[in-house]
Amino acid sequence: MTILHVFFRRQGWLGTIALLLVVLVLAVVILGPFLAPQSPTDSVDDVFALPAPGEWLGSDVLGRDVLSRVLSGGWRFLTMAAIATILGVGVGSLLGVTAALRGGVLDEMIMRLADVALAFPQLILALLFMSFAGSSLSLVVLVIAVVHMPQVARTLRAAALKVVDEDYVRYSRSIGLPQWRILLLDILPNVRTTLLVESGLRLTFSIALIASLNYLSFGAQPPSADWGLMIHENQIGIESNPWPVIAPVVLIALLSIGINILSDRLSRGAKPRLAASEPDDAA
Amino acid sequence: MTMSDVNSTVQAHAGIVVEDLQVVTAQGAAPIVRGISFAVTPGSILGLVGESGSGKTTAGLALLAHARPGLKIAAGRVSIGGVSMLNLSARELRTMRGREITYVPQDPATALHPGLRLRTQLAECLRNPADATDERLHRLLEDVGLPDPARILSAFPHELSGGQQQRIAIAMAFAPQPQAILMDEPTTALDVTTQTRVLHLVRAMAQQHRTAIVYVSHDLAVVAALADQVAVMYAGEIVEAGTAAQVLERRLHPYTGALLRAVPDPDQALVLKGLSGHAPDPAHRPPGCAFAARCDLAEDACRLAPPADLVAEPGHVVRCRRMGQTAISRPQAMAQPILSQPQAAPLLTLSGLGAWHGRQVLHDIAIDIAGGRCTAVVGESGSGKTTLARCIAGLHAHWTGDIRLNGAPLRPSAGQRSREQLRRIQYVFQNPYASLNPRQTIGQSLLVAGRHLRGSKAISRSEILAALASVGLPHRAADAFPGQLSGGQRQRAAIARGLICQPDLLVCDEITSALDVSIQATIVELLLRLQQQRGLSMLFVAHNIGLVRSIAQDIIVLQAGRIVESGPTQVVLSAPKAKETARLMQDAPRFAAGLQVAPARHIAPMVV
Repeated sequence: MTILHVFFRRQGWLGTIALLLVVLVLAVVILGPFLAPQSPTDSVDDVFALPAPGEWLGSDVLGRDVLSRVLSGGWRFLTMAAIATILGVGVGSLLGVTAALRGGVLDEMIMRLADVALAFPQLILALLFMSFAGSSLSLVVLVIAVVHMPQVARTLRAAALKVVDEDYVRYSRSIGLPQWRILLLDILPNVRTTLLVESGLRLTFSIALIASLNYLSFGAQPPSADWGLMIHENQIGIESNPWPVIAPVVLIALLSIGINILSDRLSRGAKPRLAASEPDDAA
Repeated sequence: MTMSDVNSTVQAHAGIVVEDLQVVTAQGAAPIVRGISFAVTPGSILGLVGESGSGKTTAGLALLAHARPGLKIAAGRVSIGGVSMLNLSARELRTMRGREITYVPQDPATALHPGLRLRTQLAECLRNPADATDERLHRLLEDVGLPDPARILSAFPHELSGGQQQRIAIAMAFAPQPQAILMDEPTTALDVTTQTRVLHLVRAMAQQHRTAIVYVSHDLAVVAALADQVAVMYAGEIVEAGTAAQVLERRLHPYTGALLRAVPDPDQALVLKGLSGHAPDPAHRPPGCAFAARCDLAEDACRLAPPADLVAEPGHVVRCRRMGQTAISRPQAMAQPILSQPQAAPLLTLSGLGAWHGRQVLHDIAIDIAGGRCTAVVGESGSGKTTLARCIAGLHAHWTGDIRLNGAPLRPSAGQRSREQLRRIQYVFQNPYASLNPRQTIGQSLLVAGRHLRGSKAISRSEILAALASVGLPHRAADAFPGQLSGGQRQRAAIARGLICQPDLLVCDEITSALDVSIQATIVELLLRLQQQRGLSMLFVAHNIGLVRSIAQDIIVLQAGRIVESGPTQVVLSAPKAKETARLMQDAPRFAAGLQVAPARHIAPMVV
């Protein structure tokens, strides 16, 4: 309670609600498989049966228990999104910050490549990769990471360009500090606000992209329980029992909203202290 | 109040009247500005002087009935041309601001809209923008001495120099023929020559248009040259006020005296005395006199009860119990500085140095920098002095010619030089707010620099603390982030970062120009001490001739990238041979050698 209380004081009610949303969805994702009342892959009822005691969200296109599928279908989905984000933001920001620091030909090369990649809509680009490289889960992760890289690189380059021109970077250059140390000591810590916001944003994009790819039958394959796949499979029965579609949609939406607000809030709190609560100005 | 009421009362009480103004923090109700009162009649200029944090800008902005976020105007009266500003509606305020009272901010580059042509921006400032005929706008520009108005009107702000931009800002302030203008350090960013022109301009415009002006500044020399009246602020209060001659000549408050002892003089080398300690935090002001803790004359009674205003002579008010007993301590002329003998071989030799920033900015520079001496580089902005410093430090690689350190040639960029060479030349930047990594503690910054240049095992914690102590910073500064330190403390930390590398040459690029005069004086004291104790050589880039005179043994005068004069500072500045040197001397603001203030006019009695 005290941690939540401190958090509330620093981030306000909006930040606290966002935190609770994220924790709630994460709890469903992580604890869900253990709480599922039925097997997520066995048919237990008629097709598209409405909610009833014991089957609180009814059944889906193959008569499987929706609640069990929702509870089981989140962790792989979210793990994929997280890995894709870490990979995409990690490599993308390194490329962007390096481009800003080194400038010249390297900068041009990285950024023009990024421009080419940015010319394609994200989803089209992902589909393009997958259509000639197959659709295994690890490939989905890789493709999403690659799709993120150019945009992350561009954003981080812009943030780093401001820092590169600061006198403290100039000082580090004047003492001949190697580029990688300047990058690690001077640049990255001072673009971490941007990095934080970008990570949150990219995580929600990853979630949306994976859901979209699943929906388009890439990535997770039937009969595995997966939120994106569930939306796809069950849309034909939305008039009989909407829950197999609504439940994953709501969970994805809540998580995205929560992550976005949270990263925005945290980035505001992460500004370096500027107020001069000064010790003695000894002469 | 309707606009017709506003118009009818305008004539009655012209000028600015401020009574018992109180500005507090919105949350804690700690007073930032405490009960200040002053009056400025049309055509005269009040200089509101104080160090950063004294509340001078907050008090100034209250003239526009504005308080920056987090503050609010709690009590008092502000009257502009007879209109009481503090109880107007938002709509009535808008009609006052920009018409009856206008504002010239410190930095013209950020005050002008970068995407609009100046014609549009200037026209917006007229009382009735529809009146903006070319003829009218041309006259505005001619008033501020800008040539070729047709070209300027169709230009964007970035096409003008800083001085020209500031003139535009001044033209905009005078355009609606306001009753009053607030100027917030409008010449701080300008070089001395431009500054002198702008000050003359403000003076002339104030009289011509009969405008009451409040000029906020930390620069006493500027205020001495410009203002009819001066009010000195400390810890949110006016501690001394009167005509410029009264305040600056008699300097009856000990704080005024201390400030003036910190001001350098272009005509003689002075021993600059900084003011130790700092002003009390607004939330923890003592019950007695706020200055008592730093005052040499303070006695017990000063600490118990706040001092009352004493009238020294008509119009001259001093808030100090010991006013009668304060001996005016004049700044001391420097005794012949003890110089280390120049070594047989110079430390740094430059010959045939040319440098390029797109075009050539330095031409054929040849100088010797002797060991153990401080060599100043002066010149107006754009003369290439910073480029010269950066070529030496390896921060500007586009140069040709020869730079030798103890006879060994230096490569153009820092990355190509040996660690030993890099260690021996350390650079201190102009802006202490940008030169320290905000995400590293001061201790970490020192550690990174020291370990890189002196070996990974070389620097211990105690050595870091010793380096901080040698620049007068307490031990706890090692664990502080730059954001927790004041500007003066940050600049000390930046100097400590250079010292820990054990350099032979410290390159100081305008290192005091972002600081208050009293802080500047403490930095100068520090550098002189380091020079004597360690035999440190310095290259001191500056635009302030007075400052140079008090610190440097040798001087180099640059003009348009060429050396026009060089030699021992006292010789060069006492008898300038080059026209540029004479001009820099002439334009340097000064008051110790006789006030430049014209006889006081339009003096309003101070509201006490």
